[in-house]
Amino acid sequence: MALKNSSKSSTIGVVGVGSFGTAIANMLAEKSKVMVYARKPEVVDEINTQSSAQGKALHASIQGTFDPETLCKECNILFFMVPSSGFQEVARKFAPFLHPYHLVIHGTKGLCLNLPEGQTLDTVKKIKRSQILTMSEVIQQETVAVRVGCLAGPNLARELSKGQPAATVIASKYNEVIMEGQRLLRSDKFQVYGNSDIIGVELSGVLKNIIAIASGALAGLGLGENARGLLISRGMVEMAHLSNALGGSLKSVIGLAGIGDLVATCNSVDSRNFTVGYRLAKGESLTEIQASMEEVAEGVNTVKIIKGFLEAADLRAPITENLYRVLFEDLEIEEALQFLMKYPFNVDVDFV
Amino acid sequence: MEEKYIKHRYEPILPSKDEWPVVKLARERKEFVSRVSASAQDKILTLTGKNPDILKEELETTLYREKLRIKQNPWVVDPDDEGEFWGKVKAALLQINSETKLNRSKRLEAYKEILERITNRYSEEIASNFNHQHYKFTRSVVTYGFSRLLNAARVKGFKSIFSNQYTLQDKIQITGETDQLRDLATKGTIVMVPTHFSNLDSILIGWIISVLGLPPFIYGAGLNLFNISIFAYFMNALGAYKVDRRKKNLMYLETLKTYSKEAIQFGCHSLFFPGGTRSRSGMIESKLKLGLLSTAIEAQRTNYQNDINDISGKIFIVPVTINYHFVLEAPSLIKDYLSITGQERYYKENDEFSNSYKISKFLVKFFTKGSDISVSVGKAMDVLGNYVDENGDSLDKYGRKIDPRDYFISNNQITVDQQREEEYTNMLGKRIVEEFHKINRVFSSHLVAFTAFELIKQRNNKLDLFDLIRLPEEEIFLPYQEFKEACEMVYQRILALKADGQINIAPHMKRSMDEIISHGLDNVGMYHAKRPLIKNRQGDIVTEDMSLLYFYHNRLHGYGLEKLF
Repeated sequence: MALKNSSKSSTIGVVGVGSFGTAIANMLAEKSKVMVYARKPEVVDEINTQSSAQGKALHASIQGTFDPETLCKECNILFFMVPSSGFQEVARKFAPFLHPYHLVIHGTKGLCLNLPEGQTLDTVKKIKRSQILTMSEVIQQETVAVRVGCLAGPNLARELSKGQPAATVIASKYNEVIMEGQRLLRSDKFQVYGNSDIIGVELSGVLKNIIAIASGALAGLGLGENARGLLISRGMVEMAHLSNALGGSLKSVIGLAGIGDLVATCNSVDSRNFTVGYRLAKGESLTEIQASMEEVAEGVNTVKIIKGFLEAADLRAPITENLYRVLFEDLEIEEALQFLMKYPFNVDVDFV
Repeated sequence: MEEKYIKHRYEPILPSKDEWPVVKLARERKEFVSRVSASAQDKILTLTGKNPDILKEELETTLYREKLRIKQNPWVVDPDDEGEFWGKVKAALLQINSETKLNRSKRLEAYKEILERITNRYSEEIASNFNHQHYKFTRSVVTYGFSRLLNAARVKGFKSIFSNQYTLQDKIQITGETDQLRDLATKGTIVMVPTHFSNLDSILIGWIISVLGLPPFIYGAGLNLFNISIFAYFMNALGAYKVDRRKKNLMYLETLKTYSKEAIQFGCHSLFFPGGTRSRSGMIESKLKLGLLSTAIEAQRTNYQNDINDISGKIFIVPVTINYHFVLEAPSLIKDYLSITGQERYYKENDEFSNSYKISKFLVKFFTKGSDISVSVGKAMDVLGNYVDENGDSLDKYGRKIDPRDYFISNNQITVDQQREEEYTNMLGKRIVEEFHKINRVFSSHLVAFTAFELIKQRNNKLDLFDLIRLPEEEIFLPYQEFKEACEMVYQRILALKADGQINIAPHMKRSMDEIISHGLDNVGMYHAKRPLIKNRQGDIVTEDMSLLYFYHNRLHGYGLEKLF
C-alpha cells in the first residue's frame, strides 16, 4: 500500500475520551500516530501535559485537541467514541469539517432518535423504525461521510486497558473500512473480524445492553447460574427478533457482536449496564444509580426507545417490556421475574 | 388559475450540430467501437483474474447460452450470420481444448483471441447508428405529425388540418428544473433517468429533449423495439444503442456497460431507464437496475483519474418522472406482474406494440382524444446523489460545497475499489427513487383509482391481493358520497405531503373535489376496452376491471397513503 510519509494519512483521530475511547486510543497508538478530541480545554491540557485523560492513562505519543477542524484536517480516519446521548451533537459539530474521503468508525452501543421538532422521547408514545437511528445512520444523516463502520463485540474497557486478549468486529458496507480497521487495530492480543451487516452488528451491541441490565438484576437478587443461562438464551431469542424487525440480519446476532458481547456483559461487574441492574435489585432507585455513575449506561435509554418501537410495530418482547416497567413504572423486580416465569414461551428456538 | 406550463420553444444550447457530442461520436464510430471492445476485454480479463480456465468457462457458458437463444428465441432483428459466427467460436474453442501441448499463457492468448472476436461483435452490435439527417427528419415528423393530428381532432372543421391552434406542448406539459438542465448540459455531461411505464416513453423523452433545445441523448433501447421497422428507424435516428435483454452472459453485459461508460466519458448525454424495463405493476420503480447506473459512477471516477477535475468532466444525474392518465399497455403489464408475483408457472414476455398498425392506432387515439401527459424534470445531482448548485458544484445538506472527487479517495489518492462503487451505486439508486417520489405529480385519475381500490380492499379485508382481483366486478360498487369523503381524506394527506416537499400535484388537482373526481373518472385508463373506474346510472362508482384498477392505483404506492384506510 502506498502509505507514505505525509503525516496526514498516518494520524488517526479519536473523538471522545471515555473509558472505551481511551482504551481504543491506546491500542491505536501502538501502531499509529493518534490525536484525540475532547470537548473541555482542561481535559485537552491534561492529555497534552500529563498523558492522561480524566485520570485514565494515555499513551505518551497521543496528542489532544478541542478543535474539530484540526482533527478533521490531520486525520483521514476518525473513531467516534462518544455516548449516544451526545452523538448527534458531536456529529453536527464535526459535519462542517468532514469530507467524503473521511473514514468514520464508531464504537457506540446506543440509539438516537430522529423526532419532529419539539418532540422528545418522553412526549411520543410510539416510535417508528424511521425515527430510530443507529450511530452509523446518524453519521450518514448529519455528515457527508459515507464510508462508515462500527466497532462492536465483547470489549470491556477495563480488560482492554490491562492488555488482556480480546476480539472485536468491525462492520461496514465497505470492505475498505473493514480492512483499514483491521490494519489499525489488529495485534497479538486483539483479533479483528469483519462483517458487512453494519446495522445488524450495531443492533446486536445495542440490544444486548437490555439483557445485561436484566442479568445484573438476577445477580443482584442472588439467583444462580441456571437463571442466568435461561436469561441469556431467552434474551438471545428476543435480540434476534428485535434485530430482525429493525433491519439487522440474524447472522450478526449469533456472532461476536451479539452472543459474544452478550455473554461477556451478562457476567461482568465491569459492565455499566450490568451494574445498573445489580443495584436496582439491591433496592436503589434508577435516579440514585444514574446520579452516582460516572458514565452513562446506554441500556436504560435503549429500553425506553425499544419500548416505543414495540408499541408502534405491535410486537412483543417480554424481557424488554418487563424491564421497562421495572425501570420506569416501579414494578418490583421479583414481580417482573414472576411474570416472565409464567410467560407462555413454549418454543425453544423459533428464529433459525 | 392553473399554473403556467413551459410552453415556449427553447433555443438550442449548441446551435451547430457539429458540436453535438452524439454527432462527434457518430463521426468517430469506428474508433469508438474498437475502444469499447478493447476496454471491455480488459475488464473481463480482470474479472476472470487472467486465469485461462475461468475464461474458458465463461466463453463456454456464453457460447452455450447464445446457441440456446438462437434456437429458442429468434427475433427478426437478429443478423443472419449468427449461427455461423457461434459455430466458428465453438470450433475455435474445441481446437484449443484438443491441443494439449499448449502451456498456460499460450492458452490464455488463444482464449483472449476468441474473447476479442466476441466483444468486437457485441460492441459493433450495441453501437448506435446516429445520423443527423435522419434525426432532423424524425424530429420534424414527430412534431409535425403529432400537431397535425392534434389540431385535426380538437379544432372542428375542414381547415383544421392546417390549423396551428394546438401544439404538442398543450398535450405534453413539461415542468420542473428545465433551466438548470439546459445550463448544466452545456457545462458537463447529463445522465437522465426517467420512470418507465410505456413504450411511448422513449419517443416522448426524445421529443422533450429536443423541445428543451438539448442535443440528442444516447440511450439503450430494448432490441425488441428494433424488430419493428418504424421503431427501428426512430430509435436509430434518436441515437439509441441496442440492449438485448436475452443476452445475459458476462461478455455481453460487460461490453454493454463499457459502451455506456465510454460514451459518458466521451461527453455524450445519456438516458437510462433505471427501472430496466417498464414498470409492470404501475408502481414507481422502487428497485433500480443498477448495472447501467454504475457506469455513470465509473465514468466519473475515470474522469477524475484522468485529472479532469473541472465541470467539463462532471456527470449530473437528472431524475425525470412521466405521468399518464392512461397507459396503453396497462392490461398486459399488470397481467405480467400478477402472474410473476402470483408464482404462476408460465410466464412469457409478450409485446403489445407488436406491429406498426397497432402503434399507429394508439397514436391516433392518443392525439385525437384528450389525455394529458406531464413530464417533471427533477433537480440535478452528482453521481453520489448530492444536489448541485447553479455552477454545478455539489452541496452537502447544509449547503456547503463538497468535492465528489473525495468519494474516490483513500490515503490521499484516487483508488479503484469495485466493492465501494457497488455501494455507491446502491446509494445513488436509493436517491433516485427518493427523487422520483418527490417530483411525481399526482393526477386526478391516480387519486380516484387509489381511493377506490383501497376502499374495496378495506371492505374485503380478509382477502389477499389475488382473491381481491378475482372479485366479481358486478358485485363491487361504492356509494358516491362515501367515495368522495375517502377521496377528500387522501387528497388532504397528499396536500400535507406536498407541503413537506414529498410529492407534487398537477394543476387540475386544485379544483373542487367533485370536479377532480369527475376529471379523474373521465381520464383513468380512458381507452381501455374495460374501464377501471366509472360512475354507473345510479351514481355509484363501479369498476369493470379490478386488475386495471389495481395498476392505476399503484401509482400512489410508496407514500404510506394506504395507512389512511
